[in-house]
Amino acid sequence: MAQGHFILREKEFLDFQAVLKKLLANSFAKVVFLIDKNGSLIASSGETENFDTTSLASLAAGNIAATGGLASLIGEKEFSILFHEGERDNMHISVVANRLILVVIFDRRSSVGLVRLRTRRASVDLERILRDIDAGAAKEEEGDIEELTEADIESLFK
Amino acid sequence: MSFINYSLREINCKIVYYGPGLCGKTTNLQYIYRRMNPDSRGKMISLATESERTLFFDFLPLSLGEIRGFKTRFHLYTVPGQVFYDASRRLILRGVDGVVFSADSQLTRMDANVESLENLQGNLREQGYDGDRIPLVMQYNKRDLSQVASVSQLHALLNYRNVPEFEAVATTGVGVFETLKAIIKLILIDLKKGGR
Repeated sequence: MAQGHFILREKEFLDFQAVLKKLLANSFAKVVFLIDKNGSLIASSGETENFDTTSLASLAAGNIAATGGLASLIGEKEFSILFHEGERDNMHISVVANRLILVVIFDRRSSVGLVRLRTRRASVDLERILRDIDAGAAKEEEGDIEELTEADIESLFK
Repeated sequence: MSFINYSLREINCKIVYYGPGLCGKTTNLQYIYRRMNPDSRGKMISLATESERTLFFDFLPLSLGEIRGFKTRFHLYTVPGQVFYDASRRLILRGVDGVVFSADSQLTRMDANVESLENLQGNLREQGYDGDRIPLVMQYNKRDLSQVASVSQLHALLNYRNVPEFEAVATTGVGVFETLKAIIKLILIDLKKGGR
C-alpha cells in the first residue's frame, strides 16, 4: 500500500457501504465516514448532506497523522482511537488495519461506549474487505487508466 | 498514492507544495482558490498561526472535470516552511502523488532553498519514495522583487532532475496555473504508467 495506487472496485465499495450502514444503525450515530489515511473519502452513510465531507476527510487524516506523530514521540506505535466531545455532537475516530480511518459522528441518542463497541465489530468486517481488495489487486489489472492518452490529459485543461 | 474508485468513477490525487518559509506556498493556493470556478473547488482550509504562518497545512480540493469517464479530484496541500516544523512536513508528504517545489528567487534565500530541497528529498525517502522519480515541478517564485537570482542560476542550484520549471509571482498569479497544470500532467502520466 505504500506504493502504487489504492484501487477500489464496485463490489468492495458496496461491501464497505453495507458495513457503514449497519454500523450507523447499530450505534445510533448521525453519520459514519470511511477515509483513507491520505485524506480521501472512501464511503459514507447517514446525514452526509450536512457535512463538508472533503474537508472532514482531510482534517481527520491530518488529525490521525498528528496524533500518530505524538504517539511515536512517547514511544507508542500509534494512538488507534481518538474521541472528541462537543456540546451537541461527538466524534469518534479510529484506525482500521493501519490503513483506513473510520469516523463516527453521534449525539446524545448514543454513547461513546456503544460507539466504541460497534466500531470495533465493524472494523473486523472492514479489515476483511481490505484483504479482498489486496487479493483482487494481485490478480487483475483494470485497463481504463493505463489507456489514458496525452490528448485525454490535455482535455482537462480546455 | 492516488485513490481510484471504480464504483464512483473517481480519481483522487494528492499534490504537495513544498519550499522554504515565506516562499509563497500558501499564496499559490490562495490565488488558485480565488480564480477557480466555485463549482470546481471546495473550501480552502488553512491551519495557520496568529501571524498567518502555516502551522500544519493548507488544503484546497479541486475537481477538474472528467477524463475517460473518471471524475478527477486533486487535493492540494502546503507544508509549513519553517525549519522547525519538520515533523508536520513528513506527515503531509504521506501518500503524495506529486510535488511542487516553490523556490524563493531572492538571492538572500538561496541557502534556504537548497536546505528545503534537501529536506524534501530526505523526507520523501523516509516515506518510501524515490526522490528522483516522483512527479516534481519547480516554481521560481517572487520574480517581481529586486535582487533575485537568474533562472539559469536557480536551475543550476535546484533543478538537477531537469523537471519542468516556471517563473512565478504568486501574489499576482503569474505562473501559478502553469505550475499547477504541469504537475497535474506529470501525475496523470505517472498514473497511466501504473505508479511508482
